[in-house]
Amino acid sequence: MVEVKQVLKRYGGKTVIDRVSLSVPRCKLTSLIGPNGAGKSTLLSMMSRLIPKDGGEIWIEGKEIARYRTEELAKKISILKQSNHIAARLTVNELVSFGRFPYSRGRLTRQDRDYVREAIRYMELEPLQDRYMDELSGGQRQRAYIAMVLAQDTDYIFLDEPLNNLDMKHAVQMMKVLRKLVDELGKTIVMVMHDINFASCYSDYMVALKDGEVVCEGDVSSIMRDEVLRGIYDLDVRVQTIENQRICVYF
Amino acid sequence: MSNRMKVAVLVVLALGLIALFLFTHLRGDFDYVLRSRSEKIVAMVLVGWAGAVSTVLFQTMTNNRILTPSIIGLDSVYMLVQTAVVFLFGSTTLTMMGNTSHFLLSAGSMIGFSVLLYSFLFRREGQNLYFILLVGMILGTFFQSLTSFMQYLIDPNEFSIIQDRMFASINNMKTDLLWPAGLLIAAATLYTYRHLHELDVLSLGKDHAINLGVAYETVVKRLLMIVAVLVSVSTALVGPIMFFGLIVANVAYAFFQTYEHRYLLAGAALFGVIALVGGQLVVERVFTFSTTLSVIVNMVGGVYFLYLLLKERKAW
Repeated sequence: MVEVKQVLKRYGGKTVIDRVSLSVPRCKLTSLIGPNGAGKSTLLSMMSRLIPKDGGEIWIEGKEIARYRTEELAKKISILKQSNHIAARLTVNELVSFGRFPYSRGRLTRQDRDYVREAIRYMELEPLQDRYMDELSGGQRQRAYIAMVLAQDTDYIFLDEPLNNLDMKHAVQMMKVLRKLVDELGKTIVMVMHDINFASCYSDYMVALKDGEVVCEGDVSSIMRDEVLRGIYDLDVRVQTIENQRICVYF
Repeated sequence: MSNRMKVAVLVVLALGLIALFLFTHLRGDFDYVLRSRSEKIVAMVLVGWAGAVSTVLFQTMTNNRILTPSIIGLDSVYMLVQTAVVFLFGSTTLTMMGNTSHFLLSAGSMIGFSVLLYSFLFRREGQNLYFILLVGMILGTFFQSLTSFMQYLIDPNEFSIIQDRMFASINNMKTDLLWPAGLLIAAATLYTYRHLHELDVLSLGKDHAINLGVAYETVVKRLLMIVAVLVSVSTALVGPIMFFGLIVANVAYAFFQTYEHRYLLAGAALFGVIALVGGQLVVERVFTFSTTLSVIVNMVGGVYFLYLLLKERKAW
């Protein structure tokens, strides 16, 4: 269980997250949506202790995030940010092996190697596993990072715009994989999404942020409505149902 | 060729150069020559080792392969102290000062400066590493200006004494300091050795490192201290060498093509020893002491630095 209580973040004098409370449903795919600058990434970064919060509490499985030892937390939650530039020259296999660091501290056991192999297989990276990261396309690279997160084997996975830089085909592939992680492996995923229609088609639960506050949250059918989305984005939008999916038309 | 083999080749090469330095052109009193040469060798190994290791650590922390630890302004502190001593007490004080007290003064002021800087800056949680570097850089520039100001005021003859200290030279190295310097460098190396895998994770960048359970702030704080000790000791021993660490670190990256710090650090350190011993051989036997090692190192290093800058630019 991840619970966010009255969390606050200020940059200089500006409040970017203003007493946000939120509880993340287990074994569900949750999307954080909202306009640019709403504080989605900031909230996600605080939930994964990448940046310190200025107030409030974040409880992860019955313990406040600041009370965890960081290596203990690395076995419970994993986070993947949107830009991942790595200066070191790594192969896919080496990158995915890093996912086992919280368990092995760098000395891989046979069990660790099994996890790595399994994660690579799951993301269909076997033919690429000995290639260097800088030789891969954007989509392949993104899959390799997800494989690393998989090897980390945490119950909670936080993703900051996992579809960034992916074309339609790869974006759909990525979302199907994330769906499978939730449905087959029982993971809890929270991700920041910009494409409202991808969020609508693939997530179970949606949380909308605006100006550092949660404006509404609920399952897809309660968020994907004309009046709700208009309120979030200040844009004249219409939601239509196409093949049982709620699609937002905003052009 | 496996990375283990590459390290072995470098070890052989370093040992070969050391043997060449020790046992060729033996003339006069064997005992005396051998002893003075082995002292030089020990000094070069220490300085090469410290310069290379500190640079690799620093570049891993900052995820930047064209930065050197000199950016935090430690060599400016060194020069400031030398100049201030001459300015306040005259050059005789500096030249007559015992080696140990000079070492304590120089290394102490540099390490003290780093402790002050870090403890001041790390008091606030979540401090950006680049902010610390920036503050170090600004203070470094400030110290440099202060140094040049004092240098303008003093007698030109006294200035020439300071000038001697501005360039690293193995020849006016202080031999009785090898033990304490060696111990400090060994302690720093031992600490690094026990955190090799964390360094590998740090090279993925801050966010990945935190995600994988590295106590980022603590580790970075300690590594900055290690870097400060290594740089201070090697600077106090022979004087500031600017580009040296940068070259050997980058040669090691290119040679090993890996992220694993056990190879990168060992390789860079060995390249450091090879470069210094080889360079000193050239200085002594080819130029017959008409130039100093640091002039050669800075020239080669400066050219290599330009090459790195141009290469990085192309990569974008």
